[in-house]
Amino acid sequence: MAQIIEPNPREFATVEVDPVTIDIIENALRNARYEMDAVLFRTAMSPGIREQHDEFPIIADRKGRMVVGQFGSFIRGFLDTYKDTVEEGDVFLTSDPYSCDAAISHANDWLVLVPVFLDGALVGWAAMFGHMTDVGGKVPGSLPTDATSIYEEGVVVPPFKLYRRGELNDEGLRLILRQVRMKEWNRSDLNAIVAACRTAARRVTELCRRFGTETYLSTLDALLERNRRAMAQLIKTTVSEEKLTFTDYICDDGRGHGPYKIHCTMWREGEKVVLDFEGTDPQAEGSINFYLNENMFKMFFGIYMIMVFDPQILWNDGFYPLIDVRIPEGSLLKPRYPAALSCRTHGLGRIFDVLGGLLGQRQPEFLNAAGFSSSPHLMYSGYDANGEWYQLYQIGFGGIPGRPFGDGPDGHSLWPSFTNVPNEFLEAYFPLVIDKYETVPDSGGPGLHRGGNGIEIAYRFLEPGEISIHDDRWFTYPWGVNGGLPGGRSRKVLVRADGTTEVLPSKCDHVRVEPDDVLHYITWGGGGWGDPYERDPELVAKEVDRGLVTREGGRRYGVVLDDDLGVDVGATEKLRAQLREQRGEPAVFDFGPPIEELRARCLEETGLPAPEPPVFSRGGA
Amino acid sequence: MPYRLGVDVGGTFTDLLLIDEDSGATHRAKTPSTPDDPSRGVLSGIQKICEAARIEPSELAHVLHGTTVATNAVLEGKGARVGLLVTEGYGQVLQVARSFVPGGLAGWIIWPKPEPLAALEHTIEVPERVDARGDVLRALDEDALREGLRELKGRGVEALTVSFVNSFANAAHERRAAEICAEELPDLPVSLSSRVLPEIREYERTLTTVANSYVRPTVSRYVTNLEGELRARSIDARFNILRSDGGLMGTEVARDHPVTMLMSGPAGGVSGALWIAQQAGYDNLLTLDMGGTSTDVALVERGQPKVGRETTVGDLTVRASSVDVRTVGAGGGSIAHVPELTQALRVGPQSAGAEPGPAAYGQGGEAPTVTDANVVLGYLPPSLLGGEMTLDTEAAKAAVSQIADAMGLDLMHAAAGITDIVNENMFGALRLVSVQQGHDPREFALVAFGGAGPLHANALGQLMGSWPVIIPPSPGVLSAYGDATTVLRNEAARTFIRRFGETSDEVVHAALVELADEASQALAAEREQPEHIRYQVDVRYHGQGFELPVDVALAQFEDHGLDAIRQTFDDEHTRLFTFALDAEHELVNLRAIVEGRQTSVHPEHIPQGREDPSGARIGTTPIWVEGGEREAALYDRAGLQARNRIAGPAIVTEMDSTTLILPDCVGEIDIHGNILIRPAQA
Repeated sequence: MAQIIEPNPREFATVEVDPVTIDIIENALRNARYEMDAVLFRTAMSPGIREQHDEFPIIADRKGRMVVGQFGSFIRGFLDTYKDTVEEGDVFLTSDPYSCDAAISHANDWLVLVPVFLDGALVGWAAMFGHMTDVGGKVPGSLPTDATSIYEEGVVVPPFKLYRRGELNDEGLRLILRQVRMKEWNRSDLNAIVAACRTAARRVTELCRRFGTETYLSTLDALLERNRRAMAQLIKTTVSEEKLTFTDYICDDGRGHGPYKIHCTMWREGEKVVLDFEGTDPQAEGSINFYLNENMFKMFFGIYMIMVFDPQILWNDGFYPLIDVRIPEGSLLKPRYPAALSCRTHGLGRIFDVLGGLLGQRQPEFLNAAGFSSSPHLMYSGYDANGEWYQLYQIGFGGIPGRPFGDGPDGHSLWPSFTNVPNEFLEAYFPLVIDKYETVPDSGGPGLHRGGNGIEIAYRFLEPGEISIHDDRWFTYPWGVNGGLPGGRSRKVLVRADGTTEVLPSKCDHVRVEPDDVLHYITWGGGGWGDPYERDPELVAKEVDRGLVTREGGRRYGVVLDDDLGVDVGATEKLRAQLREQRGEPAVFDFGPPIEELRARCLEETGLPAPEPPVFSRGGA
Repeated sequence: MPYRLGVDVGGTFTDLLLIDEDSGATHRAKTPSTPDDPSRGVLSGIQKICEAARIEPSELAHVLHGTTVATNAVLEGKGARVGLLVTEGYGQVLQVARSFVPGGLAGWIIWPKPEPLAALEHTIEVPERVDARGDVLRALDEDALREGLRELKGRGVEALTVSFVNSFANAAHERRAAEICAEELPDLPVSLSSRVLPEIREYERTLTTVANSYVRPTVSRYVTNLEGELRARSIDARFNILRSDGGLMGTEVARDHPVTMLMSGPAGGVSGALWIAQQAGYDNLLTLDMGGTSTDVALVERGQPKVGRETTVGDLTVRASSVDVRTVGAGGGSIAHVPELTQALRVGPQSAGAEPGPAAYGQGGEAPTVTDANVVLGYLPPSLLGGEMTLDTEAAKAAVSQIADAMGLDLMHAAAGITDIVNENMFGALRLVSVQQGHDPREFALVAFGGAGPLHANALGQLMGSWPVIIPPSPGVLSAYGDATTVLRNEAARTFIRRFGETSDEVVHAALVELADEASQALAAEREQPEHIRYQVDVRYHGQGFELPVDVALAQFEDHGLDAIRQTFDDEHTRLFTFALDAEHELVNLRAIVEGRQTSVHPEHIPQGREDPSGARIGTTPIWVEGGEREAALYDRAGLQARNRIAGPAIVTEMDSTTLILPDCVGEIDIHGNILIRPAQA
């Protein structure tokens, strides 16, 4: 239990705050949170953070409850387990999922916590974590597919005072940086994260001064209560007492086994909703385990519930008591120490598909299709002609699912604030040329609202080096809903300089590449939403003209085009009637063929052998 | 006798300001704008103002013009059909954009899928390639290019953009492609990304160049018409257009590079506010232009408006220098609402617009707006100046009571809540340009204009601690002042990515001087000598993705070279982000900015009076302020004299705006008719 040292401890009384002041402080907190992002993006150095924005900020009240942010509170968990003092000027750093209750879920994420003091009393917290391009360990990028324990995944920093009362622990920092491959990036990214947290701390103290600390803190209580009230209302009206279940999969573990099952059951008990992951597969031997913090999942659930009703609301922890998340010990989502965790990105992405699938079942009109598969990674590293080490970590994107709201955008990010890296930037700083950067026609699932297309990036390597790939949805499909068809699966093809072609696994490390080898990195498309035979044929024709759908692909919408890409109305009506007849009434979900059929046709369809069913042992190493 | 004419075309009115450069005397005129062909409004305005000043139009020596014609083409989606030529493999550069989805986690659920500014069916991929160093990897396939252009011909394309990968490093292929375009589609204007924005980042460069093409036919037609009409009236005046960055450009440049005038209108407002404030003795200021649907804010430091490297119009953000104006969806017409689920009070960004407008306008609007809240609070008296405009107080009350009921508040508290929230939204925008850029707002005056600005300015001055709050007379003509008083400016820039260790003081010096020569040529073409040359370099720590502009004094650079830049950059980085790094510095862009001669314009004076303002007092009116009802004095602005001091609470009315002076504040009238509001005890 951490000991908080306040030179001037105060009891802050709860005071009455008028509703308008509450809205004003809410607005100011939102601005402060975006300011944290702005400071970070402008000063960080690794492309992963400064261009792609792989980072997550929060601001919390003095008890550590999140009042603005998106990834829920973990400060309580930190305070409960941390053994030292918390004082003004302290800045904490940790990268150890096992000692912060999975506030971060792999060692690449460096989490910084800053207690905010005003006049000798604690008034809040600011925190942020960002993904480091490298944290050491057995493979560049520190996401080893073959790891079986966290010891293989690079430097793991238990909660530690990076600054003690304002004084940098330079020795400790040097010790950490000595373990990583790109220490200048880690150093400046860490600097940037600390600067962002300090900016937030300054805004919090300004608000305390402007409104009075008691008013400020009472407002936070009111904001928490506002969320709780809104969520209670939503839960009552949208979640049934009847149990609903949903199952989705991580395709494989990169070690020849899969798919791994994530299973969740949801029901309501009085005003509470229960989300129970019983039935999820046990933890994997390899590194695809996703150590899921219960509070984080509560936050995801809340955001998905409220988004449609008041998008301007500030998410906070207020509704946590209304949600009961149950995750079995020793499962894929709560592995036992020291299980490997680095490649958790697929599980993290997949629980959003699970969440969407659960929430939409009672009101299919609000149901989105699947596509939140993961954030696929590419690593490329080696020594260039001058003997200098280069190391690229890049996040890819796929298709946004078809939605009640409309078509899914092509090749966009489902993660908040993420962006791609300009290809000219990559070419200027890394030994490669991007030959192609375009979406894959027909990869978006057909529907009344089409799923977004996946992307094909063709990387031509200019120096000998090694690549690593982390992707998923190559074996199972991003599902469609309400008659929409599944999106296209991902694929990786390496064309060697001599013209020979290899299909690469979705997850692999240490793949040697030589100059002029070209990697075709193809991501998944989003599932379709609604009946594709209801989609305006003229729109289908236009998308064929645009190269987003092929002429042949247009037939999956039941649309027949003439030579000038005009709609053949008669033939279209006939084909649609025939296809409707064949299909009958569409099911709510279209997952594509069952697992066994996917297995049987895997080699033929994907060029890769089917994964073997997982075998579970008792624990980690 | 040289006459200088400033012309600002706004949405409703075209404002003109004529300056006799010898005497400094001014004349003003206002005519209705003619949106279908804005040049008609301009010409009738010129007619009117010349008659009023008793001069012949041919006596005009210089016409300076701020226009929203490019802005409106973007906002209304009425730009040209653009054909886009890109490197093979990059056809969907605008479709994929930066893959960014706004709105936070789950924001994708409700984000509309955007359509690119150049349609995919009007995009052709051309086999060619250069690398990041500018070496040719693949020659331009001219036959394939011609074939693609022939296919575009049948598709009704009105303008062309060529944007090849890495063209910032080697533009040869783009230039050759332009020649071929001219042969195959000779009637279409061609914009090259290597000319419009020779900078790294293919998406931003392509989008900016497409935006240039998108507004080019509209702007070109407008400028050509207007210029032709001026000449037809034997007006041989030099004709310049205000750019987004507050400088002026010639018509030739305007026709070729209209993407640099997307913010021409707001830039005129900021320039005008600066000019007015300087007359009152202030050159550190925040500007607040609050209209019906949105508010523009900007910061001016030591007489220089902050210029950013981006321009945002509606949903479109391009890389083009512009006065760093931030827009927030908060205006008089912003609608207040209370989501049932959270019971929170939200104001905007939805707006009642001009139709049906606020409930108080009595045109059928029922939604509660900011204007309605102001009416309920008594800040907008129901009958203004001889009953020219009457407001429906009952309708305003009915509208605001919807909010009161939803929140369980009484009417007055609900109305005050709406104005507090909208003030807070504007406060957020003002903080963006000040606090978040490391400026202390207490060192800045706040200049408010636009229809609704003077009503909210005093409250914002309190929130920001920015004093005095300056309310210029007849806010409408402010932009025309800005247009008439700006100087001719041109800039030349080049991407030059080198770590400090990879280049030398001499090389950078030579490049800067070369850029200054290049920029001066455009001024020479406008018959003007450069009076003032400024240099700027964009710098970052090697490895960072964003750069900061650093001003370079050439004399200092000659003495200290890159070391001086290093120091300035570290200081600026510390000011903005709280730390500097022990990392290598890197140049990104070099820039030279040349400016022509400053015109001296003498502002008008109003009659001197005493402190007592009672000569202008026309009565009192009850208002709700600071949680209670007060009796506010009512003044007619036209009757105010210099040195008058108005104690709050008070309301000052004039034809096109109303000023609110809060309790414990005092408004002082200066010799130019500005109201300068300050706290009473200061």
